[in-house]
Parts: sequence; C-alpha cells; structure tokens
Amino acid sequence: MIRLRDSNIGPVLTVVFAIVVIWYVASFGMNRAWVMDQAARAGETPGFSEQLAGTMNQDRPVLPAPHQVASELYDGVFDKKITSKRSLVYHGFITLQATFWGFALGIVVGIGLAVIIVLNRAANLTLMPWAIISQTIPVVALAPMIVVLTNAMGADSLMVPKAIIAAYLSFFPVLVSMVKGLTSPDAMQLDLLRTYGASKSQVFWKLRMPASLPYFFASLKIAVAASLVGAIVGELPTGAIAGLGARMLIGSQFGNPMIMWSALFAAAILAAMLIWVVTGIEKAAARAMGGGAA
Amino acid sequence: MLAPGNTVTDTVISAQNLSLTFETNDGPVHALKDVDLEIGKGEFVSFIGPSGCGKTTFLRVIADLEQPTAGSVSVNGMTPEQARKARAYGYVFQAAGLYPWRTIERNIALPLEIMGVSKADQSQRIERVLELVDLAGFGKKYPWQLSGGMQQRASIARALSFDADILLMDEPFGALDEIVRDHLNEQLLALWARTEKTIGFVTHSIPEAVYLSTRIVVMSPRPGRITDIIDSTLPRERPLDIRDTTEFLEIAHRVREGLRAGHEE
Amino acid sequence: MTDNRAARFLLPFAFGVAVIAIWEVIVSTFSIPIAILPAPSAIWAAIKGSGDILLVDWLQTVVRGALNGLWIGTSAGVVTAIAIDRFEFLRRGLLPVANFVAALPIVGVAPIMVMWFGFDWHSKAAVVTVMVFFPILVNTLAGLQDTDRMQRDLMLTYSANYWQTLAKLRLPAAMPFIFNGLKIAATLALIGAIVAEYFGSPTRGMGFRISTEVGRLGIDMVWAEIAVAALSGTALYGAVTLIERGVTFWHPSQRSGRKN
Repeated sequence: MIRLRDSNIGPVLTVVFAIVVIWYVASFGMNRAWVMDQAARAGETPGFSEQLAGTMNQDRPVLPAPHQVASELYDGVFDKKITSKRSLVYHGFITLQATFWGFALGIVVGIGLAVIIVLNRAANLTLMPWAIISQTIPVVALAPMIVVLTNAMGADSLMVPKAIIAAYLSFFPVLVSMVKGLTSPDAMQLDLLRTYGASKSQVFWKLRMPASLPYFFASLKIAVAASLVGAIVGELPTGAIAGLGARMLIGSQFGNPMIMWSALFAAAILAAMLIWVVTGIEKAAARAMGGGAA
Repeated sequence: MLAPGNTVTDTVISAQNLSLTFETNDGPVHALKDVDLEIGKGEFVSFIGPSGCGKTTFLRVIADLEQPTAGSVSVNGMTPEQARKARAYGYVFQAAGLYPWRTIERNIALPLEIMGVSKADQSQRIERVLELVDLAGFGKKYPWQLSGGMQQRASIARALSFDADILLMDEPFGALDEIVRDHLNEQLLALWARTEKTIGFVTHSIPEAVYLSTRIVVMSPRPGRITDIIDSTLPRERPLDIRDTTEFLEIAHRVREGLRAGHEE
Repeated sequence: MTDNRAARFLLPFAFGVAVIAIWEVIVSTFSIPIAILPAPSAIWAAIKGSGDILLVDWLQTVVRGALNGLWIGTSAGVVTAIAIDRFEFLRRGLLPVANFVAALPIVGVAPIMVMWFGFDWHSKAAVVTVMVFFPILVNTLAGLQDTDRMQRDLMLTYSANYWQTLAKLRLPAAMPFIFNGLKIAATLALIGAIVAEYFGSPTRGMGFRISTEVGRLGIDMVWAEIAVAALSGTALYGAVTLIERGVTFWHPSQRSGRKN
C-alpha cells in the first residue's frame, strides 16, 4: 500500500498550483503593456484592478491567462460540431489518424530492422549507423520531399506522407529497445540452450523474443509521443489545412494567438491520452507475462 | 608508548547502554540493545556474529552514520558527530567504492581535497600510504585496471591518508577469495603494527577475527547484543601459521561457543 | 566475420555509397524530372553552385538558431536540476511534471516563440531552448540521484559539505546521464530550429529556403539544403559522442561492449 506521505501527489499538486499562479502573474505582466498603451492613447491612467481586468481577457493576448486557454479549449472541443473546420476534435482526429498509422508503421519497421540487425552481424554493422544517422537528419527538412515523392507515386492525400514522417520518428525508439531486448539474455541462458542443442531459430523464438517484450512495451510510450510530433511536424511544411499542426500554422499566419494556444494544448492533451493508453497496454502486458520486472 | 603485551590503555571509544531500535512495517527491530563496551588506544577489536546481530550497526553508530535511540557513545571524548566532523576516523566499506573517473592517486586524494590539504602535502601522503599497502607504482592506474584485492587495498590506503587515529572496517575482505584474504590479513596486521591505530573490524569469519584481533566481541541477534568478549592471548606478532596452533584453536572454539549460545537463546 | 574497426566503418560507408549509386542510376534510367527527384549529381551541382547561399542559411539556422538554443537550454536544464535536487519536496513535485512535459509535442510552442521573439534567430533559439530543456533536466536529475548509499556515507565520514559532495561525487557520476540527454537534445535542436522557421523567418535560413524552393520547384536546391542539414545533424551528434567518450571514459559502456 502506498502511504500518502510516500506518494508524490502532494508535491506534484503543489508544483502544479504554483505553476498556475506563476502563469497568471506572467500573463498580467506580459499583457499589461498593451493595456497601458491603449489607456495612454485615451489619456487615462488605469488603476490596478482595471489593469488586471484588462489583461485577463484580451482578444490577442501576448500570454493568454489559464482560464482563457481553458475556455478556448472548451469552446473548440464541445461547442463546435465535430465536423466543423473550427472543431478541435475534428483537427485532433486528423492528426490522430496520421499518428496512428505512423505508429503502426514505425512498430513494424522497428521490429523488422531489429530482428535483421540482431540475427545478422553484417546487417548490424551496416544498418545500425544509418538508423542513428536517420535520426540526426532533421525529418522536418525531408518532409516536403516526402510529400512530393508520395504524390508522384500516386498518393492523393496528405495522410500517407504524414504517416511516413510519423513513422520516421517513431521507428527508432522501437528499434533501439528491441535490439536491447533481443540481446538481453545473458551468456548463462544462451549456454543452457546450447546444451539442449537448440537451433538458432529456436533460440530466437523461445528465448530472445519473450525476453524482448518488456523492452518493447516500455518503448511504446516514447514511440507514440514521437509519432504525434511527426504527424504535427508533417502538417507544417506541406501546406496542410487540417490537423492540429495546420491550426498552429493558421493561427500564426492570421496573428491569432488563441488559435495557436488552443491547438498547442489540444496536442498536449492528445499526447497525454495516447501515453496513458499505451501505458495501460504496457501494464496489461506486464501482468499477462507474470507481473513485475522490467 | 605502549609496552608489548600491555592491554590497559586510555579509552578511545566507549559505549554505555547503547540501544538502537528501528521502526518497521512489521514492528520494532532491536538492532542494538544495552550494549556496553570500552575500546582502548591501539587495540584491534573484531566484531563477529550472524546477520542482524548489530555488529555493522554498532560500527555505524560509532561513525555517526546511524543515531542511537538510547544510551551514549563517545569517541575520543567527543560525541560521534563531533568526532566525525573532526575527521577522527577512517571508514572502510565492504566494497572498495573507488571513483572510476579518478586514478588511484586521485582517489586516495579525495578526503585530502575535502579537508583542504595542500597539494604538496597531498602527494607526500599519497606516496607514503601507497607504500604502506604495497601499491607503490600503481598510483596512475584506474580502479578497473586493478584486481578486487588491490582495489580494496587502495580503499584502505584512502582511509589511512588523513592520519586519523581510528580505523573502522566493515567486512572489508568479505567479497574476496580466501587466498587474497589471507594475504590482506597479513598486510593489515603489519600495517597496524607500523601505524599503531585503534581498529574496529566487523567480520563473518571466525579465523579472521581470531587471527587479527587483540579482543573479539561476539554478538547475537534479536535483540542485537554482546554475548561474549574474549581477550586474545596470542602475541601481537603473528605469522599466518599461528592459525594451526592449539592456542589459536582454543580461542576460535570459544568464539564458536559464544556464537552458538547466542543462536540458541 | 572480423569485427575490426575497418569493417565497422567500411560496411555502412559502402552501403551509403551503394544507395547513392542506385539512386543515380534509377533517376537517369527512368528520366525522373528534377521537380520530383533530382539525381545525386544534380544535387552536388546545386551544392557547388549555391555554396554562398547554403553558408548563409547554415549560419542562420544551425549556428545562430540551433547551437545557441542548445547551450542555453542545456545550461538551464543542468542548473535547474541542481537547484531542484537540493529540495526533496521540489524534486518529488517537479520531476513527474517535467517527465510529463518532456513527452508533449513541445515543437508546438514554435509559433508562440515567433510571436514573442520575432522573426529572427532569437525565436529559433528560444524554441530549441524549450525543446532541449526538459530532456536535459530529467536526465540530469536522474543522474544526480544515481549515487548509492555507500558513496554518500563515505562523504559523510569525510564530513564533506553539500557542494563538495556535488562537485566531487554526484556531478561526475551524473555525466553519463547528462550526455544521454545531450544526444537526444542534439537531434531535437535542428528540428526545432527548422520548424520555427516555417512559422516566420527573415529571408534566410534552411527552413525558409526549403519552403521557398519547394514553391519555385527548385527541388535540387531543396535537396542541397537537406544534405547540409543531414551533415550538420550528424556532425553535431558525432561531436557530442566524441566529447562523451572523453568525459565518461570510465563508464562500463565506453570501455567494453559485450554483445550476446
């Protein structure tokens, strides 16, 4: 049983509360210039409470106050029809689709490459450096080219290139974890199987694969977060008009901070939900395999 | 100056009615209960007993790494905390615990740096202490380049470098094989003869306790307490084959009896 | 199959050369237009021809944007980690929050940073700083916590104060963790700088150049920029790895690689 004293809930809530307070103070400070400026033009000097009121509900705030962001989020999620182009649910769903397909593709590629790399020494030396290099190449620079190429090959929507970009970012954590997991059995375990005369394939399926599962599930959290980033990033240079990344772009182009902030927070909430779901899957898998470890 | 064989000396470490109780989920654990002991200057005192008898806890209380719940301890006439702040003792743990990013020399220099010893002074001390543990010439090596026994010797050198009068050692040779252990036991005795330090030594091994000490404190668990204190009749100069003499075996027998008695209570 | 250093370099190198060769052959055989996929030879021509533009873009994005953001974000992350580490309450509260934020698509703050800091490199550095701050913070905190009880007891017996323990024990022991975070940060830095440029940029910078050239169908130039970006990212990651090897030479992972 976790004692309340030992769990982190108290400190975490305190920190979150402190962050909200600091945020309000910052909002006041940063939005104040505009209020004072407007007042100066009208020849007035506003008192503190007027300044306070003026900074907390601007149309184009420098730093929207927490309640503004919350209300904009509520508006975008609940007060719009789901099919409307202004609904955060609609845009979130578009981004989610790309995230999901990218995630799936990333898992397949990650596992596939890991198996090849672990089973073949030459492949290990050849492919692993390129896998690492692939991550040091900023995928956002490749994004427009991926769109061009997929278009040329017959894809007619942005979903394919976005999924590819998302997979580009999410395959690597899966690859690294699977390689670690597949090579995790120690010399003692391998020697034991050798005394049974096990073939390489038997060693793989009976020892390496099961041993790699905890590592695999642990990597899914990182992979899904990376996939979401890829999906959003994929919307930016590709002239997308749908999706949370597209909303950020639109908000920026029209000088409307509230659109940018609500898209950012919607993306954050989406990320949190995805990680929560994947963590649940990880825990279920751990229990199914006899609980504990990893 | 101590005459050989003279066992009446000034008290360096004194414990009176010392008790330490841990509160755990399963109820209180009496790690130490009413321990009384006086250790004199220049003595080599071994603490031996099964797991949970409090021997390590006692050493840690002396070192101010644990605080007693009742009773008192004094080290060099001060409280353990004052003694620790005055750097009155060197502590050797079961694992060598050397920093892998420092050479052996720089590892030995660690306490000296913290205590603000000058660079020139540092090199002098390091050289002297490396020679004492027979590691001269290994100063520039890294810990992972040394064997387990050599690493432990370096750890002892580190504890000696700042000239504390007291050496507290918690099963320092426990992780080493018997041949290395014998060798290190011999070296430790020679070191003790040369430096005349007061040594508190925790061990699991009966031959080790009997071989090294002037006095053997036998402890038993639940609650942690002293069941026997044996003054060794062996001479201070001891070659390794003293372990085959009748005198040695008698003392070892007495230790074993003390352990068994504590176990059966 | 000898595992010597030559093989470790030659195999991936040969693979890369093979890919480029196949690429060149496919483009010329199928007469693929430059607007879809330029051949490596065309890209090389673009690099040679526009060296000055590439340099200006590189300075803007990589040097002024990414590198500045990287050192500012890293310093801020390490300093904050040390500050938090002193106060257990703060650490217990902040670490879960920092872990959570590190998993979010922080790249989304890019448009906000452009709004706050303007079009020039400052907003790019700001985005990179924010993106880099959290992985560094989380990793440094993990590293500072990693010392075992025995090591801390040893410091107690020396009556060492907090700063001595921090400088001589905990910071050196935390280095492998910090470099772990730094490698992640190195890959994020370039992404952050380029993404920020998509939200607003003066008429220079790699992100700017890529989006403009896509519009003009100057795809060979786009690939030239990609090549520079790829080289920069790899060089940065390689530099961090080299420094890591120097600083954490003592760590088991740097000394022997036992592979099953």
